[in-house]
Amino acid sequence: MAHKTQRTRGTRRTVVAAAALALLATATATGCGAADMTKQASPYAAAAGTKTVTLSVQSWVGARANTAVAKYLLEHELGYRVDTVQVDEVPAWDALSQGRVDAIMEDWGHPEQEKRYVEDKKTIASGGDLGVTGHIGWWVPKYFADAHPDVLDWRNLNKYASQLRSPESGGKGQLLDGSPSYVTNDKALVKNLGLDYKVVFAGSEAAQITQLQQSAKEKKPFLTYWYEPQWLFNEVPMVEVKLPAYTQECADKGAKDPATVNCAYPTTPLKKFLNADFTRKGGKAARFLKNFQWSKDDQNAVSQMIAEDKLSADEAAKRWVEKNPDVWKKWLP
Amino acid sequence: MKTAPPGRDATGPNPGALALRTLWARPAARKLLVLAAAAAVLVPVAAAVHGSGTWPSALTVDLTGPLTGASDWIIDNRDGHWAFLYFFGHISGAIIGAVHAVYTVLLALGWAGVTAAAALIAWRVAGARVAVTALASFAACGLLGMWVPTMRTLALMIVAVAVSVVVGALMGLAAGLSDRTFRALRPVLDTMQALPAFAYLLPVVLVFGIGVAPAVLATVVYAAPPMARLTALGLRSTDQGVLEAVESLGATGRQRLLTARLPLARRELLLGVNQTIMMALSMAVIASVIGADGLGDRVYQALSTVDVGSALAAGIPIVLLAIVLDRTTAGAAAPRPTRRSRFPRLWAGVPQGGTGGHNPTTGRTRTAATWALGIALTVALGRLGGTAWPDGWTVAIAGPVNEAKDWMVDHLYTGLPGIGGTADLAAHYTAWVLDPLRDGLLALPWWGALLIVAALAWLIGTWRTALTAVLSLAAIGVLGRWELSMDTLSQVVAAVAVTLVLGFTIAVPAARSPRVERLLRPVLDVFQTMPQFVYLIPVVALFGIGRAPAAAAAVVYALPAVVRIASEGLRRVNPGAMESARSLGATGGQQLRQVQFPLARPQLLLAVNQAVVLVLSVVIIGGLVGGGALGYEVVFGLAQGDLATGLTAGVAIACLGLMLDRVTQPTKGARDGA
Repeated sequence: MAHKTQRTRGTRRTVVAAAALALLATATATGCGAADMTKQASPYAAAAGTKTVTLSVQSWVGARANTAVAKYLLEHELGYRVDTVQVDEVPAWDALSQGRVDAIMEDWGHPEQEKRYVEDKKTIASGGDLGVTGHIGWWVPKYFADAHPDVLDWRNLNKYASQLRSPESGGKGQLLDGSPSYVTNDKALVKNLGLDYKVVFAGSEAAQITQLQQSAKEKKPFLTYWYEPQWLFNEVPMVEVKLPAYTQECADKGAKDPATVNCAYPTTPLKKFLNADFTRKGGKAARFLKNFQWSKDDQNAVSQMIAEDKLSADEAAKRWVEKNPDVWKKWLP
Repeated sequence: MKTAPPGRDATGPNPGALALRTLWARPAARKLLVLAAAAAVLVPVAAAVHGSGTWPSALTVDLTGPLTGASDWIIDNRDGHWAFLYFFGHISGAIIGAVHAVYTVLLALGWAGVTAAAALIAWRVAGARVAVTALASFAACGLLGMWVPTMRTLALMIVAVAVSVVVGALMGLAAGLSDRTFRALRPVLDTMQALPAFAYLLPVVLVFGIGVAPAVLATVVYAAPPMARLTALGLRSTDQGVLEAVESLGATGRQRLLTARLPLARRELLLGVNQTIMMALSMAVIASVIGADGLGDRVYQALSTVDVGSALAAGIPIVLLAIVLDRTTAGAAAPRPTRRSRFPRLWAGVPQGGTGGHNPTTGRTRTAATWALGIALTVALGRLGGTAWPDGWTVAIAGPVNEAKDWMVDHLYTGLPGIGGTADLAAHYTAWVLDPLRDGLLALPWWGALLIVAALAWLIGTWRTALTAVLSLAAIGVLGRWELSMDTLSQVVAAVAVTLVLGFTIAVPAARSPRVERLLRPVLDVFQTMPQFVYLIPVVALFGIGRAPAAAAAVVYALPAVVRIASEGLRRVNPGAMESARSLGATGGQQLRQVQFPLARPQLLLAVNQAVVLVLSVVIIGGLVGGGALGYEVVFGLAQGDLATGLTAGVAIACLGLMLDRVTQPTKGARDGA
């Protein structure tokens, strides 16, 4: 028994020593001072000795189109190497403030984050307007609206609830919502407008698009949360359902308590945001990204090539760039 | 063979008491009686005080306030507080530095160098056939146009596996040498393994931001436990005779460890490395949700444009990497004589011990020479080949794959004569299986659910497992996630049922015919290593949005493990028992029902346990395709940076996982080797 405890103690000492050694190695490997996590870039950045810009890509295709064109021009006109990272919106703001990414190309309005990072901490700087205006709303397919024109007013929605039922919505009509990262008041809207609907979350935009395409193929009716600009409109024509008009009063009320919202979504000019350090030290790349500004049609053209024609983002950007030099020449610093 | 059912002969003067006594003689019945007695006392009290509906609100704790506070504190102090500057910052910096170093080396070697090096290592460690596999696999990664992402994933994997192996080995060493540590570590390891990875991404992201560092850390949490378990197992199962012999030679504790116990545990250690690699690779894609880059990111980005072809093109290299790494490390773990004759399997049976394979000195010199030559050759090839994979040498598979998928969806979604389409199937499954199950679970009184869980866990395990299971379920209620968890639970139970029916149906012919088994093996390999994310979009196209596609993806993912474990169990049934059954004239079906299934019970239970754990991990990811419930809450928390929602749901998932694991925990200790 005695030698057993001795043995255990001996080996335990070995284990402790090994752990201490590992910690020490970590400390010496990184230098013993403070390790600022905002100064830690991606390990893949500049591995081949080139200047690198990291762009965040959001999950919707419009954002991918912006990034693809910015990436193509940065690489081919300005000689940078561009990394893209796919992250959701709020984590992207976080990553932007920490310098893990240099820019967000399309932001739909995050007042809380804007206050925290742009105004208070000053780690993120505005990159100006993207040139595209975004709009969120409820939409039904055109074939359904043509057959039943009165579905386009929210007051008549309850009449159609039974036609819009799905296995997931129980006895109620289904209002299909997309990715959890999207700005939405739909649950509050359904409740406050007294609608006989259940909000079903598709969980990701990909799943939502797949479902919409599938329904359109069979000419089945659906009611969905959707937004402009979006390439899917070219493939599945949709008409917006009128909700109670958006007012400042309603917006203020909603800002205080999101559960009280009872009006339509606002129309948002989409904005770009850059890491504050990058704006100062990013040189040509930062100036180029600030200058980047295009139209809804431009964006949709690229989106369509990516999502519908299944071109790689790079290839889609290349084709657009070759066709529209007059648009992008102005962006070059 | 044939025993009279107890209680049948109870015709004495007091049949009631006698029946009770016979019942008492059976351990299972005894446990149930004790539970029933406890319930008779406690339930009326619980029902009177808190009612009999779902979890009473009086017994919940709302953590939203403190969690939001913690999240804000972290964000506000992340750039200045000492804990981040001097602790987390160094960890994150070391990981990034290490990945950068490995990536730079891989880039410097170039495509030809890396491919040659992989083939060379595979050849030295596991033989010529594995070397050819490695060569072909790396070439395929390049041909698919995935060379750079493959190298990024490889760099991340090398670092993550190295850290996991070191952490796991240290834990295993401590657990292997001290009984107390062993007992203390077991619940920790159990929890680490029962946790679906998706659940703890959010806190890691909050502290470390997005990118490679949090991805490596999340991977380590997931991949270290098998290393720890197998190290402990190897050390604990050292032959006592050898130890005594070494001790009698006057060796110190450290000498005994280094010269006897560790070399003797070589097989388990290598198996541990093998398991760790497989676990780490399966995290590669999930980690892409937090910006890990590499192949996982390609799969994830392809998902956002519903591009199954591109997702597959990025998924295949992951499968190939897994196969190469598995065969190489499993080859190293195999006992020497059989090494070249036959590929060892992942779960390569009971450890057989061995001497650690010391080569004679001449062999060692020759080995060193070979290695030197090999390295020189590799570097030379790398110089010649250049850094980037040649642009022209790629094959675009995305287009044809998407066409095939579209064709499948067009023809299967609706209107198949007689059975309807996959859409109808999904609707029926939701309406006839999932909804009633969910409603039933929700209608169950909360104390009833606790009792059922206690009974199941106790019948199959010990009172300790029952206690853990009940406490886990109660914790879910206390967190205020009862309804959501019952929803998730109904999805898990339904999908597990489908998986088991399919799995056992496939396992029977696989166990009987070696040819079927050979045909199935590559298919199972692919399905087991293909990242779950790749399935998600085709299942939406086939089954629509909702809980049905999540279930379908879960079944596809969990099926291979069930088929493997079950057919292995059926095959290992004592041939003597089978022979005697056959000589008694039992038909195939009778043999199966009365001999094979009862004798393979431990393996079948293990298959059930694995099915439950794997299905849960995919049902959670089903939140991305409309599965709702706890999975959606985690996705929501990640997407909105909402720690209160995401973490609470994550903890609820962990508790659910722990509860399900305990309820299906097969005989004690069986998981130690798994």
